[in-house]
Amino acid sequence: MFGYYLELGLRSLRRNPLLTALMVMAIGFGVAASMITWSVFRAVSGNPIPQKSSQLFTALIDSRGPNNNNHGEPPQALNYTDATALVRAHKAVHQTLFYNVSLSVLPGGSDSLPFTADGYATNADFFSMFDAPFQYGSAWSASDDDRHAAVAVISHELNEQLFGGADSVGREVTLGMHTYRVVGVTAHWDPKPRFYDLFDGNEFGEPVQMYVPFTRAMDLQIDTAGNNNCGSLMDYGNGRDAWLHGECVWIPVWVELPTAADVERYRDFLTAYADEQQRAGRFHWAPNVRLRDVSNWLDFEHVVPAESRISLMVSLGFFAICLVNTIGLLLAKFMRRAPEIGVRRALGAPRRQIYGQFLIEAGTVGLAGGLLGLLLTAVGMLGVGLLFESDIARLAHLDLSLMATTLLVAIFATVLAAFYPAWRAAQVQPAWQLKSN
Amino acid sequence: MQIKPILAAMRHHRAGTVLIALQIALTLAIVCNALFIIQQRMARVSRPSGVDESNLFVIQNFWADQSSPQRIDAQMRADLLALRELGSVQDVAPANSFPMRGSGWDNFIKTTPDQIRSTLDSAIYFTDDHTLATLGVSLIEGRNFTSSEVGSQTPPDPMLASEVIISKALAQTMFPQGSALGKTIYVSGGNRPSTVIGVTDTLQAHTVANWMNEYAYNAVLVPARLLTDRTFYLVRSRPGQLAAAMRDAPKALFAQSRMRIINRKDGVMSFAQVRKAAYGRDVGMAILMGIVSLVLLAITAAGIVGLTSFWVGQRRKQIGIRRALGATRHDILSYFLTENLLIGITGVAIGAVLALGINLWMVTQFEMARLSLAYVAIGVIALLLLGQGAVLAPAVRASNVPPVEATRSV
Repeated sequence: MFGYYLELGLRSLRRNPLLTALMVMAIGFGVAASMITWSVFRAVSGNPIPQKSSQLFTALIDSRGPNNNNHGEPPQALNYTDATALVRAHKAVHQTLFYNVSLSVLPGGSDSLPFTADGYATNADFFSMFDAPFQYGSAWSASDDDRHAAVAVISHELNEQLFGGADSVGREVTLGMHTYRVVGVTAHWDPKPRFYDLFDGNEFGEPVQMYVPFTRAMDLQIDTAGNNNCGSLMDYGNGRDAWLHGECVWIPVWVELPTAADVERYRDFLTAYADEQQRAGRFHWAPNVRLRDVSNWLDFEHVVPAESRISLMVSLGFFAICLVNTIGLLLAKFMRRAPEIGVRRALGAPRRQIYGQFLIEAGTVGLAGGLLGLLLTAVGMLGVGLLFESDIARLAHLDLSLMATTLLVAIFATVLAAFYPAWRAAQVQPAWQLKSN
Repeated sequence: MQIKPILAAMRHHRAGTVLIALQIALTLAIVCNALFIIQQRMARVSRPSGVDESNLFVIQNFWADQSSPQRIDAQMRADLLALRELGSVQDVAPANSFPMRGSGWDNFIKTTPDQIRSTLDSAIYFTDDHTLATLGVSLIEGRNFTSSEVGSQTPPDPMLASEVIISKALAQTMFPQGSALGKTIYVSGGNRPSTVIGVTDTLQAHTVANWMNEYAYNAVLVPARLLTDRTFYLVRSRPGQLAAAMRDAPKALFAQSRMRIINRKDGVMSFAQVRKAAYGRDVGMAILMGIVSLVLLAITAAGIVGLTSFWVGQRRKQIGIRRALGATRHDILSYFLTENLLIGITGVAIGAVLALGINLWMVTQFEMARLSLAYVAIGVIALLLLGQGAVLAPAVRASNVPPVEATRSV
């Protein structure tokens, strides 16, 4: 019977084309709006490192005190003193620190123009902690950090640009007028949102192009290209050294803590560190420290743009209205065929058969709506790029799973909407219908 | 108009009635909030920057050779001179940031050196004596910097700001009682005093982000060139020569020295582009909400047309009987219009409550403003009119049912 009902359903699509068109459009628009906004939301709210997100923590220390901190919260990164102290203490399995650098790159060949490349000055642990994949070579070693070595890891994209994609390990690059030896080339790596660098507002930024050792960058006095937040404590004195040892925060620090016991131990260590600073007279307040894991940090920093959440909710409301609309129209469509139902019932069809027939018919409407929805979703994806910044719009894309979801949601929702109209259809009294005709 | 028979008839198609009312309620709730969001976003977008945007563009210049601050300073002065000589250029100024750029330097500003809590934030613009003329911002009080007052500094050093010019909004916040001119303020975060020598007309801060909303028009102009790896040149073209100036300026800079990087993508940006980038999210949101509202209204109207047409079809015989018993066409027409109005009023009543509820929730979630009742009122009227408009065609068809229908197929 399924095949027969399906055929009936398809045929009935053509019977009242106006009603059918209205329903198909309602479902199509509703499902498309929901799918487009959901795909953006899914992209911005995703977990960028699911396998480790509960083991990676950013460490924060209140170095400003209750009068200057942010409503009791420590600043969102560390100053040079605390960042280097934490990394030196080596109390976690892995620990990393980094800051943004923007360096000029001089490509080989006489007529190519220099360009800027953005990246991080960091340490060896960075790569293993954040699971950076390598195409060639590997990260530099901890001893390279200690030796302040002139080594660099470059991205797949920069490697394409500079070396035509060849294995460039051992070759030299000129970054900011200094030469570095390439030790590794990452595969394409662009976690979104870039959870580890929310401090610089880089969550949806362009992919990172290169990494150099933090110790080397400090020797070369490379300025931060990222955020430098001095709060209201600007008066640190003259020159770079005074700034370094002042209370400006500009270095995010992350630690890897695999077990709950590790987390507890590290929290105690942080508190003890702040306590020691208080006793030494640097902090005039009780220890105020935080350890936030990846999802906690993404939440705390409100990474999902309000726009994305609002549009998702508006679209879901929109879809709900489309479904209410569909219930009404299906009711009209089914009840118009009361005489036909009466005949079928009189000829012995049980209510179950009527249910089946009309739910399958609703399914065909849903399928048609889903196909329209798919088309509109594809068009909408192009539109998202026009409406929103490219960095976020780029994250939304139409893949197979989204296409399948669109169709399934459309069919499922329409069948759901058809329950009440189908029930009403099954309640039709055969005698009454036959009498009045 | 007799309402009783209409209510009695409604009982016979309760489901359809409830569905239409529900749809109107939900549509009102969403459209009200969507319109409100549009209004809020457009209000943001239409805020003035205070600068002469139509003739202004900005060059983002990286020094490719990591040179010393002294060499950067010398090159900057040479660049500024070279740019000012161009025929298409009216004036040029160096900058660390500018209105709507999105990032830059902001400091807490104090009126006494020993103030502990920071309460007032302001953009810090590093400028020279050409900045005001370049931006097209006028002074409402005091004087401009002289060229001898303009120094240069590297970022970690304390700010050179013994004289500053401040924006109108900052002046009014700090000195609500009188003129800010000649007053001492503390702009460097520490206890170095700065004297206010001028107050500008409206001048927007460097970011339009929400956290800056309270301080959106606070700016302090500091007379110094900031020597960093990246320098901005603000360039004001002669009227109508923006395109030419945008073409000439980078060439003139490269003729000066090739050891610089001006990115192809965003190295040279007109202020129209700067504005578009700054408010992209707001405009996108407003357009999206506009599209959603329009489609939603269309779908609701279509739903009403569909269900009412069905009812008219169902009741052809009854309509025929009424006509045969002496009801005029007008009676039939107004029957359907009234029926729709009754359903509509129920729907908008529920919808208005829902709209306010959704808004209250958004206020707590997204720091949105309270929905003004005017939007609800506009929404109510719009949806009632939409309902009446949608029902018109089926109602006219109903009124055209001939009395003879009463005698058919009985």
